[in-house]
Amino acid sequence: MKVFQKTKMLTDAHLHYCPGCTHGIVHRLVAESIEELGLQEKCIGIAPVGCAVFAYDYFNCDMQEAAHGRAPAVATGIKRCLPDRTVFVYQGDGDLASIGMAETVHAAARGENITIIFINNSIYGMTGGQMAPTTLLGQKATTCQNGRDPAVNGYPIRICELLATLDAPYYIERVSTQDVKHVFAAKKAIKKALQFQAEGRGYTFVEVLVSCPTNWHMSPVEALRFMGEECTKTFPLGVYRDKSEGKDD
Amino acid sequence: MGRITIDEKLCKGCGLCANACPKRVILLSKTRMNANGYFVAEAVNAQNCIGCAFCAVMCPDCAIEVEK
Repeated sequence: MKVFQKTKMLTDAHLHYCPGCTHGIVHRLVAESIEELGLQEKCIGIAPVGCAVFAYDYFNCDMQEAAHGRAPAVATGIKRCLPDRTVFVYQGDGDLASIGMAETVHAAARGENITIIFINNSIYGMTGGQMAPTTLLGQKATTCQNGRDPAVNGYPIRICELLATLDAPYYIERVSTQDVKHVFAAKKAIKKALQFQAEGRGYTFVEVLVSCPTNWHMSPVEALRFMGEECTKTFPLGVYRDKSEGKDD
Repeated sequence: MGRITIDEKLCKGCGLCANACPKRVILLSKTRMNANGYFVAEAVNAQNCIGCAFCAVMCPDCAIEVEK
């Protein structure tokens, strides 16, 4: 009996991500959730700019590439034209928290009925490890070589907390991919978000902490440990909004 | 008893599967590479596999299939 096999919602294309990058895990979680909810025939994904720019090659559903940071705006248009479809947005931290901050906040403020999967690896991966809005204090990047100094570079932006100040979002959660247990929890959160959207409940947002062994200059296993021990201090895991359970903080 | 099948074409030798395995079934090969030049993961202690699928859950490239 097969206990694990690749979901049909992912294509046979080989992922281009660096060895040990947990982007691939999140791709699988999103794909499996769509399949398990039976949404394969009416699912549309929006691919970002950044490491996940080729996401349209990997998901076995209709995909649309968006200009840098504008994925929530594209998703808004698609969802309003085709309200019976499930629209998910897959964005990294440079795309969502820096270039696309306006679109992100305004889509959330309008309470668009879309699902945002936010990949937070606290660095610009594709462009070569520059400082991102989410880079941790003291963390080294090519544009802050002695570590992020708040006097010069400011503080990391916590997107879940920021969006939780708005009234409209229905569901906001931060999860991680640091180990098997957290990957299962991440799957649960992503599935819940897509389910809420399919039920027409409103804006759902799942932030997933992801490792970047290449630009953190660590082995894949060390990077997961760093994510579990350091990233989660700045970005605490948990549910920030769940209107289905009356949680609103 | 479980059994894992690793698709070596997809493997990037990151070792997350070996790290996740509670029975130390998987080790990275020190000699065998795939076409991309990665040292591939191998089920060296296959008889110890319990089919928990933790390796497959942590594999970023969906390179592992698990049977039980």
